[in-house]
Amino acid sequence: MSRFRVAVHIVPRRGLLDPQGKAVTDALRTLGFGGVQDVHVGRHVVVEMDASDRSVAERTTRDMCERLLANPVIEDYEIASVSAL
Amino acid sequence: MRFGIVTFPGSNCDYDTYRAVADVLGEEAVYLWHKDHDLQGSDVVILPGGFSYGDYLRAGAIARFSPIMREVVAHADRGAPLLAICNGFQIACEAGLLPGALLRNDSLKFVCEPVRLRVENAETLFSSQYDVGQLLTIPIAHGDGRYTADEDTLSRIEGEGRVVFRYVGGPGDADAWWSPNGSMHAIAGIVSGAGNVLGMMPHPERAVDELLGSADGVGIFESILARVAA
Repeated sequence: MSRFRVAVHIVPRRGLLDPQGKAVTDALRTLGFGGVQDVHVGRHVVVEMDASDRSVAERTTRDMCERLLANPVIEDYEIASVSAL
Repeated sequence: MRFGIVTFPGSNCDYDTYRAVADVLGEEAVYLWHKDHDLQGSDVVILPGGFSYGDYLRAGAIARFSPIMREVVAHADRGAPLLAICNGFQIACEAGLLPGALLRNDSLKFVCEPVRLRVENAETLFSSQYDVGQLLTIPIAHGDGRYTADEDTLSRIEGEGRVVFRYVGGPGDADAWWSPNGSMHAIAGIVSGAGNVLGMMPHPERAVDELLGSADGVGIFESILARVAA
């Protein structure tokens, strides 16, 4: 067994109304960041876990996303990184 | 008839719901602790409003894994009545008992006010004491009440008459769809495919006496009573 740190990005599904992202978009433009086209605000979850290898750690985290960390009705997720500790 | 009201850590409408059942309806009410695996012989189960588990991760996401949810899901699967109010609605969606999800209000504000609802289906287990088109005043109190589902799901629940309550009465047009939280199709409450699970964001237990500003919520409890006692 080795220990891994797996980072997951969870964001609102594209196409769904994202009022938080829109509010941040507007605020950034107000600040003068005129090039900002779109902002999505989501969650960044970091899981530290023991697993036999990297691929198991990633697969297990995907299972966690499907069952709890993300709601597939409204959110998309991606594994941002898997690092050995 | 016995109504079981589930108390999760963070539930805050369980007591109001208890009072609505015991004092207004005159039926037996019991609290069900979320860590138990016992519905105590309840004929009807209610998932009350509140902020179970502090709304951590997503509203209702953690509560759906509470021990008692195994029995609650089995109760619903048997076709027995389950009334899921506000946070209960969020939990029921997370548990897959109802389609869709409740997202952050489009205003990004917590909205706490009486709203107007139109009864869209008066033949469900939960709405038989109303008439179709009847307007109700029932309060909402939520930050995450924007009902959201994909187009297929929306057209299915609309086609099957599963939208029971809809928000109406925006500025200027009392009958038009109008959503205080950005809900798709101004949906305030839906039933499951089998019709025995109702999820709604408004709080009928807070509208059971004119002293509270409205008694329009009583009909939901009376409808359940009429159907289950029959």
